[in-house]
Amino acid sequence: MTGDFDLLPADTPVQLIDPAGRPTGQKGYPLPGEAALLRAYGALIAARRLNDQAYALVRQGRLAVYPSSHGQEACQVAAAHVLEDDDWLFPTYRDTAAIVARGVDPVETLVLLKGDWHSGYDPVAAKVAPQATPLATQLPHAVGVAHAARLRGEQTVVMALCGDGGTSEGDFHEALNFAAVFRAPVVFFVQNNEYAISVPLARQTAAPSIAHKGIGYGVPGERVDGNDVAAVLAVLGAAVARARAGEGPQLVEAHTYRMQAHTNADDATRYRQDEEVAAWAGREPILRMEAYLRDNALLTDEQARVYAEAAEALAAHTRDGLNTDVAPRPDDLFDHVYACRTPQLEEQSALLADELAREEAQCTRS
Amino acid sequence: MHEKLTMAQALNRALRDSLAEDPSVLVFGEDVGPLGGVFRITDGLTAEFGEERCFDTPLAESGIVGMAVGLAMNGMRPVVEMQFDAFAYPAFEQVVSHVAKLRNRTRGKVSVPIVIRVPYAGGIGGVEHHCDSSESYYAHTPGLHVLAPANAADAYGLLREAIASDDPVVFLEPKKLYWAKEEVDLTQPVPGIGRAAVVRQGSDATLIAYGPSVPVALEAAEVAAQEGRSLQVVDVRSIVPFDDATVCEAVRSTGRAVVVAEAAGFASVSSEIVARVTERCFHSLAAPVRRVAGFDIPYPPPKLEHLHLPSVDRVLDAIDDLQWEHA
Ligand SMILES: Cc1ncc(C[n+]2csc(CCOP(=O)(O)OP(=O)(O)O)c2C)c(N)n1
Ligand SMILES: [Mg+2]
Repeated sequence: MTGDFDLLPADTPVQLIDPAGRPTGQKGYPLPGEAALLRAYGALIAARRLNDQAYALVRQGRLAVYPSSHGQEACQVAAAHVLEDDDWLFPTYRDTAAIVARGVDPVETLVLLKGDWHSGYDPVAAKVAPQATPLATQLPHAVGVAHAARLRGEQTVVMALCGDGGTSEGDFHEALNFAAVFRAPVVFFVQNNEYAISVPLARQTAAPSIAHKGIGYGVPGERVDGNDVAAVLAVLGAAVARARAGEGPQLVEAHTYRMQAHTNADDATRYRQDEEVAAWAGREPILRMEAYLRDNALLTDEQARVYAEAAEALAAHTRDGLNTDVAPRPDDLFDHVYACRTPQLEEQSALLADELAREEAQCTRS
Repeated sequence: MHEKLTMAQALNRALRDSLAEDPSVLVFGEDVGPLGGVFRITDGLTAEFGEERCFDTPLAESGIVGMAVGLAMNGMRPVVEMQFDAFAYPAFEQVVSHVAKLRNRTRGKVSVPIVIRVPYAGGIGGVEHHCDSSESYYAHTPGLHVLAPANAADAYGLLREAIASDDPVVFLEPKKLYWAKEEVDLTQPVPGIGRAAVVRQGSDATLIAYGPSVPVALEAAEVAAQEGRSLQVVDVRSIVPFDDATVCEAVRSTGRAVVVAEAAGFASVSSEIVARVTERCFHSLAAPVRRVAGFDIPYPPPKLEHLHLPSVDRVLDAIDDLQWEHA
């Protein structure tokens, strides 16, 4: 039996590098190695650039909608970087940066938001589930994927993401309970960005923290400074190792902040103060990491330029991909509903084909 | 008093007037408080009536509807918002097992006067889970009233009546019609729950539609008129209870009918309407009753939705098919 106290998170979130870039010297989690930190830094730069690019594409009408990851890059990058190739990631609509950090092409990642199809990448090849829109509904799936791997004797770990608001849904609680009962190797990683659209955290929970919710299910909870990529790498890395070793699921809550509105369609000034946003700007993940790396002579100007250029290339690739119109394929409507089309779908597909043929004929005549 | 209002504003007005009139009315859900809802239907209500009357809840639809049941059992009139059609599904258990059945379970001793507002259906370029036409799930569940207004005046009048009703109401708000401005007079009564309305006179065939499909039917009738065919349009308004009398009288008057609905056609409200009309009007029909419904597929992504949604052309094709050679 694990003692109750082992299940409870520490009073303050784990922080290894403070907002000014200084090591905190906190015990418990070792600072990740130089290579891991540099790799994470490069991914943070790329994620921020990609987010800016996505916003531009929304303004140009190339994306239907875009949920920002600005401010949460440390969480999303770390969630991807702690995984092995055979592990699985279960992202939400907000986690574009995590999916791209896992290695998925951003052009494929953004297919959902571009509106060509509901999901653009191959989840099985990428080991990344389709981005979940209905909140928390992906979490029981994550448990199932993890359990299947265990039944086959594989070492897979599943990283399941959700937001603070999502923790209020029943599926969040059912998933934690199932994972605990079946000792499934799942890391539940909550990006607590203080808001669910307009609703502040205080309206989601009266618990001392979200990580405290683990104890009721026998799942250890941990809290981490979500804007300190070193700390998130360390905490998630340990949780993944623990799960891989057969010690069951863990719940990790990252304290972070959504610097932009919920999506481009949202007006955050209706529910939060500029001063609050400004305060979080001072705790921003990229500047902190950059300060640390430079102070310790781990990042040269030359290296920084390489990262910036790579980010720029990624943005250009994304821009090109999204500016390419994909001709809609009408039969896509009918081809994927079942393994084989039903007679009714055959009929409906023929009806649509006939309509389109007549339209075409009219166009060529006129 | 005539004024120009959008459906969104008319709904807001209905909530405001109901809150002002009846202290037992409570409005709650996700982002309906200070933000005023993602569609701004509850805009200003928390400021005007206070945090106790219009408030945000934790993010859990089952909790929202479940709590509404308890509030209603204890003297309140909850009006809850499901943020989008497909986000109402976590509440399905509460809706079908309790909201719909408590009256029957208790032989009428417990009524649950809840209104569940659902911004619904497509045509707004929304990504997956934001465009479902979920009316058939509710309409198939005995014990629920299901309303779908298609204009601002009906939105106001039906929502006021829904809130005052002692039966639970699923109130479907066609998202794509939220923003169109209309000339309305909200002091004028509209036909009540259970009443359909003939919204365009015509003599050759009858189009039957509700919610987002009513403007499509009206436009089709306009085009048909230019081509010399006179189409009558019936707005169902109240899916449950269904107004057999008005709908059937309309169909008998023309002898031909097409039902227009966005939802997948299989086992749907549109199939129910066809069945009812056929059973009741068989001897007055000159042709089988046709349907123009959504295909039997999950709602498509934004770039493909135009192929799926009932279009004016598809409606006119169906009209052309009504055996005019026998006329
Ligand atoms: C079941 C369900 N209900 C409602 C919504 C609408 N919705 C989309 S995002 C959101 C807020 C989610 O907040 P949180 O979980 O904190 O994640 P964040 O957006 O902050 O990353 C809501 C209410 C949804 N997607 N799914
Ligand atoms: Mg949040």
